[in-house]
Formats: sequence, structure tokens, C-alpha cells
Amino acid sequence: MVEFSLWDILRNLLGAARWTVSLSLIAFIGGGLVGLALLVLRISGNRLADRLIGIYVQVFQGTPLLMQLFLAYFGIALFGIKTSAWFAAALALTLYTSAFLTEIWRGCVNAIPRGQWEASGSLALSFREQLQYVILPQATRIAIAPTVGFLVQVIKGTALASVIGFIELTKAGSMISNATFKPFVVYSCVALLYFALCFPVSMYAKHLERKTLAR
Amino acid sequence: MLIEFDFLAVLGEWPLLLKGVVWTISLTAIATVIGMVVGVACAWARASGPGWLRWVVGSYVELIRNTPFIVQLFFIFFGLPAAGVKLSPELASVIAMVMNLGAYATEIIRAGIEATPRGQVEAAMSLALSRVQTFTRVILPPALKKVWPAMVSQIIIVMLGSAVCGQISTPELSYAANLIQSRNFRAFEAFLIATALYLCLAIALRRLLNWAGPRFFFGR
Repeated sequence: MVEFSLWDILRNLLGAARWTVSLSLIAFIGGGLVGLALLVLRISGNRLADRLIGIYVQVFQGTPLLMQLFLAYFGIALFGIKTSAWFAAALALTLYTSAFLTEIWRGCVNAIPRGQWEASGSLALSFREQLQYVILPQATRIAIAPTVGFLVQVIKGTALASVIGFIELTKAGSMISNATFKPFVVYSCVALLYFALCFPVSMYAKHLERKTLAR
Repeated sequence: MLIEFDFLAVLGEWPLLLKGVVWTISLTAIATVIGMVVGVACAWARASGPGWLRWVVGSYVELIRNTPFIVQLFFIFFGLPAAGVKLSPELASVIAMVMNLGAYATEIIRAGIEATPRGQVEAAMSLALSRVQTFTRVILPPALKKVWPAMVSQIIIVMLGSAVCGQISTPELSYAANLIQSRNFRAFEAFLIATALYLCLAIALRRLLNWAGPRFFFGR
């Protein structure tokens, strides 16, 4: 039998961590774009859109991410499209992220005093101009800290993609642990790698939060 | 292309689904009660314990908050037996959920404690209340009241997170869905129904906790 050293384990895990990082980035950026579109729709004053997006948010926040992944995985296949774990995971995580980000950002937009809307409206700014020059610049400032904080949730969320067979850090950990019979060491390494990814982001989010409060 | 759904094939297995729901509720209930106690104890330790204890609790909280629940669960269920601690899937799930909720509850409750005005503590001291009495009667109730909405959200997140416990064959709701789809190959329908059940559970749990909080934990 081939003997695995600690370095072999870490080396393989680090290779798999790339996929955790790329999946997180895809979900975060894609979710951000979809979330922004939903946010604009939601504050545009269309009652129906507001209600529908409210339901969308509640569904994604009120169901397990694991189930969303399964539904994406088996749901896409239903349409006769040959899907991969990679695509299903990216899709489910993107939608999941968009629901949370749009809700976080709506809170930030709502925190902008009504007078700002009224003042910019009375200056004959169109809805797009109001958003672009008045509302979003101010909302962005308070939105940055919670958004970065949510990135940690996304990184941790990608661990569930292992369940539908996408090989990222957690899945690689299971496979290596099955090959080496050293689950204690392997899962400790996996946990530490996640910690190394998430902790700096958490600290940065905390730092940003303090800066926002001080302002 | 025609997609035919067969929800009845899944609903016909309702005893399995019901058992799953009962397990999910039980796991959540146990994790909530013990996790809150852990959270209160750790929050106290972090606010007024000795220096080394603060450090230990701080490390615990950060370690849990910055790693995925599934890795914590796998570590407890697959990793610990290698170190000589063998656990059943159910017990491993409860321990993982308690540790997870405990860490988040610590942070949440600590925020509430820090928001308690210093004058209240001094007033309690001047009335000759002991340190324990001051904590349980003066500091804790208003702190819990302030952070209850955040606490409710976190408990729901833990309940939804418990879906992962099916991966180590704890017979909760997602495990039931998996079992059903392995019998009749109606994967999409099985997971859709399980997801709908989770959504109902989440909504019901939020209502229940919003109602129970003021009545049992911090008066009105």
C-alpha cells in the first residue's frame, strides 16, 4: 500500500481547494449580478415584482441549501439536458447567493432616508439617475460590510456541493480519508483549510463594519 | 419532450416522510435547548470569565463560525472514532448541531450583553445581588430580548442545516427523501416535497419561537 504523508494529504487538499475558491467566486459574482437585478426590480415600485421577489427570497432562505442543490441537479436533468455536478452546483449556489444578497441590499437601500428619494425626484432625475447618482452610492457604503460577511457563508456553502459529487475541498477530504484511513488527520486539515479561507474574510468584514459604524 | 411528474409515488411513502419530519424536529429541539445553554455559558465566560477561558471560548467560536457544518459533522462522525471516540450517527448529529448553534449563540448573546448599560450592573451590585443573580436576573433577560430575532434566525439556519445529517445516515427528513428516491427513482419529486416540508417547518418554527420567546425567556 502507498503510504500518504501529511504533506501528500495537504498537497492534494490544496489542489482541491482551488475548486472551492472558484465555485465561491462564481456563486458570489453571479449571485451579486442576479441579486442586483432583483434589487432594482424590487425597488422600482412594481408591486407584483416586489411580492414575487419576496417569495423568491423566502423560499431560498427557508429551505436547506442541500435540497436546493439536489433540486438543481435532478431538475436540470428533467429537461433532458445532460448536466454536471459542477454546473448544478454553480447554478444552485448562484441563485441561493442572489436571494440573500438582494435581501441584504434591500435593507441597505431602505436605510437611505426617504428625503433623498424625494429630493432627487424633485430635481427631475429619472429612476435610473436617482439610483446611479444618489441612492446606490450611499447604500453601497453601508452594504459592503454585510456583503463581505456573506461571502463567508458562500464559501462554507460550497462544501455542500460535495454531496452531489462535485470534487472540491470537502469531497477531496472524503476521498483522501477513504484512501488513507486517516479520517482524523484529513478532516482536521480540511477544517483548517476552510478556516484559512474564511477567517481572513470574517476579520475583514468585522473591520469594515467597525469603519462603517465609526463614520 | 414531455416531463411527467409523479408526486403520488412519493406521497404514498408518507410514513417515511413523517418519521423524517419528527426526527428533524427532535434534533432541532434538542440542539436548540442545549445550544442556547452553551451559548449563555460561553457568552458569560467571554464577558466576565478569566483571561485563558475567554481565549478558549473565542477560539471555539471562531473555529466553528469559519468552517462548514458538514466538515464539523464529518470530523465528529468519521474523524473522532480514529481518536477512540465512537458515536452513533444520531448522537454525532446532535453534538455537531449543539456545537454549531452554541458558537453562533455565544456571539449573538454576547452582543446583547454588551448592550446592557453598565449602570444596571452597578445598581444590581448595590442591591447586594450576587454575581450569579446579577447575571441571570439583570443582565440576561434584557440581553435575550434584544437579540431574540437574530437568535430565532440562527435556530432556523441550524434546523435547515440539519439536512446535512442525512449524509451520515441520521434518519431525518432529507434522509427520508433520499431513501424514497432510491426506491422509486422519483428524485426530483421526492426532494421537492422534502423542500416544501422544510419551508413549512421553517415558517412554523419562526412563528413558534417568536411566540415562545417573550413568554418563557425574558418576560414582556
